[in-house]
Amino acid sequence: MITLEQVYVFAGLVFAGVAVLSARDLSNLRRFGNAAFWGLFAASFLFGSHLTNAENGFLALALAILGGFRFLGAGRGHEAAVSGRFASAERHGNWLFMPALVVPATALFGSLVLKTMIVGGAPLIDPKQATVISLALGVAIAWIAATVWIRPRAVVALDEGRRLMDAIGWAAVLPQMLASLGAVFALAGVGKAVGTLATAYIPLESPLAAVCAYCLGMALFTAIMGNAFAAFPVMTAAIGLPLIVHKFGGSPAIMSAIGMLCGFCGTLTTPMAANFNIVPAALLELPDRNAVIKAQLPTAFLLLLCNTILMYLLVFRFGAHR
Amino acid sequence: MLVLLGIAVVVLGFAMRANPLLVIAVATLVTGLAAGLEPLAVVAAFGKAFNDNRYVSLVFLVVPVIGLLERYGLQERARMLIARLRAATPGRLLLAYLALRQAFASVGLTAIGGQAQMVRPLIAPMAEAAGERMAGGLDETTRARIRAYAASADNVGAFFGEDIFVAVSSILLIKGFLEQSGVIVQPLDLSLWAIPTALLALIIHGARLLLLDRRIRAARRSDPPQ
Repeated sequence: MITLEQVYVFAGLVFAGVAVLSARDLSNLRRFGNAAFWGLFAASFLFGSHLTNAENGFLALALAILGGFRFLGAGRGHEAAVSGRFASAERHGNWLFMPALVVPATALFGSLVLKTMIVGGAPLIDPKQATVISLALGVAIAWIAATVWIRPRAVVALDEGRRLMDAIGWAAVLPQMLASLGAVFALAGVGKAVGTLATAYIPLESPLAAVCAYCLGMALFTAIMGNAFAAFPVMTAAIGLPLIVHKFGGSPAIMSAIGMLCGFCGTLTTPMAANFNIVPAALLELPDRNAVIKAQLPTAFLLLLCNTILMYLLVFRFGAHR
Repeated sequence: MLVLLGIAVVVLGFAMRANPLLVIAVATLVTGLAAGLEPLAVVAAFGKAFNDNRYVSLVFLVVPVIGLLERYGLQERARMLIARLRAATPGRLLLAYLALRQAFASVGLTAIGGQAQMVRPLIAPMAEAAGERMAGGLDETTRARIRAYAASADNVGAFFGEDIFVAVSSILLIKGFLEQSGVIVQPLDLSLWAIPTALLALIIHGARLLLLDRRIRAARRSDPPQ
């Protein structure tokens, strides 16, 4: 069975390669900072499962310090001259898209077919992690296919990977760090405290006030936590169920469905949802770290308004509770 | 209530534009200590969560392959493809991507798309190329804006499509949580009531994508690039 652990070893080896190439990158004034950063990142994938929690904690802190105090630089790539890439694009034609499309195609095939396949009595891939495992499989297949077809020098892929990872920089570990902060928040009971606070200070005498508080609360709390999944249980236990459903007789299905989507509006607005908002800005090499958020803000606000109106119009009318 | 100090650190940190990694480290420490944990226990809790969440970072595995293909002209090829399509403008192209992304997500195929896999190598260069053709050249600000909108189309499409699929994690979370609270709902009901918002998202963001074309033309008129 292919499990997440094997995928982590693959990832660890790739980032270890990036670290070695960083150390040798003379165009980067801070090359040893980059090498240390990607080296630790690789170590987390390779050995994380065998380290103690505290050791993993210090590893994460070291990454935060290296990234936070500007130990990382960016080397110039050996980016082929534009004319060279242009000629290559002419020569290889639309086949160039194939390896790029192999990745989502494999991810799709994996989550639909491989997930249910059983070989020798055991599932082929861990069904709980089908999507990420198939992503890694897709990357491996595309990498091999592109190498066999184009026949670049052996280190080209890793070196181009290093160039792109330099462009992304410390933002690469941000989503994982934020997820970890979320776990510590949950451990400390932050959600409950917010829920208590929200209900204690907001007067919710009417159905309209309750709907507004729930929708706005979902969006706001999601923006703070970076994740609608963290906000939903808190806001629903504090406002949704006791007021909208039990006191005013609204439909729990409509409330929850639209409430979750109010949370997604919050996700569009926040740097805390780094994998959706900050990492893409780095990937696309945008000068403004918040450019993606700015492109999404008007949509988020309009949609949140629409959601609130929708919920008010629908929740007490259809499939009401009792 | 002391544990809310961590949230204050996060909000303050982002407002002061401090490095997010440091903000997270401080917020973690403050929250853990406020909850009455020993400093070492806070580090351990953070380490455990960091280790458990490694799968979040696996998306970067795709980066070397994309880099390799870009070295051999992937972005240029994407531009050539668009240059042949007369009717393509950045707005129309991104609207089509938004609709497709949403449609795929609504039947559970969120794996098709993604910022690293689709937007960086294909969608953003295509939208830029369409913009270059439409306006006859782009300044850096407009180029960056088109890229940011490409990323936004991917996000909006995924967020407001996936909740129509009955087996997506958010629907399972809702069902599970309500069940714990003694309220039974059917997943199909939940996905049904996600449809009105999905349509509104397509209309609102779609309209804004089409307005992007106008903004590009206006920017071009007021400040022609050299």
